[in-house]
Amino acid sequence: MKILTCVKYVPDAGDEVGFESDFTLGRTGPSSKLSELDEYAVEQALRLRATIDGATVTVLSVGPAEAEVALRKALQMGADEAVLVSDEAIAGSDVFGTAAVLIAAAGYLDEVGLVMCGMSSTDAGIGALPALLAEALGWPLLSNAAEVSVEAGQARIVRSDEFGTRVVEAALPAVVSVTDQSGEPRYPSFKDVLAAKKKSVTTIGLAELGVEAALVGAGAARVQVTAVVRNPERAAGRVIVDVDGSSVDDIVEFLAAATK
Amino acid sequence: MGNVIVLVNATSDVVDAASAELLTTGAGLGSVVAVVPGGGSDALVADIAQYGAAEVHVVSCPQLSDSLVVAKAALLVERAAETHASIVLVASGLEGNEVAALVAAKLGAGLVTDAVAVRADDGELVVDKVVWAGKYTVTAKVVAPVAVLSMKANSCVAVVAPSQPEVRQAHFDFAAPAPTARVTSIEPAATSSRPKLVEANVVVSGGRGTDGDFAPVEALADALGGAVGASRAAVDAGFAPQPLQVGQTGKTVSPDLYVALGISGAIQHIAGMRTARQILAINSDPEAPIHRLADLSVVGDLKVIVPAVVARLG
Repeated sequence: MKILTCVKYVPDAGDEVGFESDFTLGRTGPSSKLSELDEYAVEQALRLRATIDGATVTVLSVGPAEAEVALRKALQMGADEAVLVSDEAIAGSDVFGTAAVLIAAAGYLDEVGLVMCGMSSTDAGIGALPALLAEALGWPLLSNAAEVSVEAGQARIVRSDEFGTRVVEAALPAVVSVTDQSGEPRYPSFKDVLAAKKKSVTTIGLAELGVEAALVGAGAARVQVTAVVRNPERAAGRVIVDVDGSSVDDIVEFLAAATK
Repeated sequence: MGNVIVLVNATSDVVDAASAELLTTGAGLGSVVAVVPGGGSDALVADIAQYGAAEVHVVSCPQLSDSLVVAKAALLVERAAETHASIVLVASGLEGNEVAALVAAKLGAGLVTDAVAVRADDGELVVDKVVWAGKYTVTAKVVAPVAVLSMKANSCVAVVAPSQPEVRQAHFDFAAPAPTARVTSIEPAATSSRPKLVEANVVVSGGRGTDGDFAPVEALADALGGAVGASRAAVDAGFAPQPLQVGQTGKTVSPDLYVALGISGAIQHIAGMRTARQILAINSDPEAPIHRLADLSVVGDLKVIVPAVVARLG
């Protein structure tokens, strides 16, 4: 059984990102990488692999050729194989376009028994993809898991959200997404990095997947970005260095003014 | 712009703050059909009428509590189809965003999650969303006939505009078209005597610099009548539960006053509180990034300063 783990290549949160003339995000920043929130998905996929007989971990990304960087990181963490769907026609897709590509890729790869995702991307931050994948695959959705386990073909998650904490279960195949509460991602050792060099990243296009170009890309998007504006930065205010509580008067005065 | 479906989750006999905002936003866009899944009390329906809804649909659904997201989404899809709604509004959140995604998928609608503003402009629906840890605001127009939006809390000020809505009781049986997940246990969200984090006028948050002692954080929050929050570092260290987390993967707050105690100010934390009107930071590290954006920054020991401040406020 393959554990198909979907990951995104994003600029680092600290990077000065740029937007293209069509308002798409310049994905390749100076420190672009595997999305931090997707590292949790890779981590949990690897932990589940150890508990399921015959399981392997395939990482899948949709993105530009540079997205291989993100897949390489996942291979270093211990994933078995990596697939990149890269095609110029995909650029500018909305979340439905991305979902269509991932679903086609899940069908293209045999024996997928579990799809794993992070809770959201760190750039667009939509948080919708796992639900869309489950819906299209006709598989149960076990999303935003703080804990996940698989036993005898049954997946079980613990999820905390605005409605409380719930335990949710479903038989495989299923789609699982994990939060940043699910367990710290491992840091690849030097040995892991060397071992990953022997693994390859398979790159495929829309033609191999049988996805019509007209169904994806900016032209098919149901939402079109019309402007991107940089928000004003907050300016630093007054700085006081406290010695043995010397700042208390100033703080009390500030609090009184701010809560007036 | 026709009918606007607003999802109102019945968590009590009053409309929660986020839903009240949605009702106000919806009333500015069209004729609001408030949908209350799982049944709601007469008191709740009466409270919904305070915010200008044209119709209130109270929809019972036996499968709601056992299913995760999918039954609620299907219920909304049915209501949207029946009322020919052109807009569906839900509150942002882990569940809200997923419900929005599934409804949009079924309706072939445009989807924007975590929107902060929406307006009709020359017949087109225009939506703002803040991205990239708060650095940018992206404006997008929905080019599909139907729009499904999840809206961040504090996106607008709820306006009381009483109406006499038509109230309908309906029933929805969710017949899953495919295998779905089952909820096998539920523990409702913990209640607190303090204001809700996302609704509070004052938020006092603690970080790693508390060294695990949240007593000063709670004492200052109580002295100011505020809510308690936490940085992700504090949550990861087990100092505070995850529902109190402020930041990119936690809550977004926009209070009049935000107090950051022992919080360094990582970009992911700033994303959750940058729109606070006033920020006070107390941190022993003079190089902490939080000092670069606080209105008053105090470099010092919070364990000495905060109790003294609380005593003065008391």
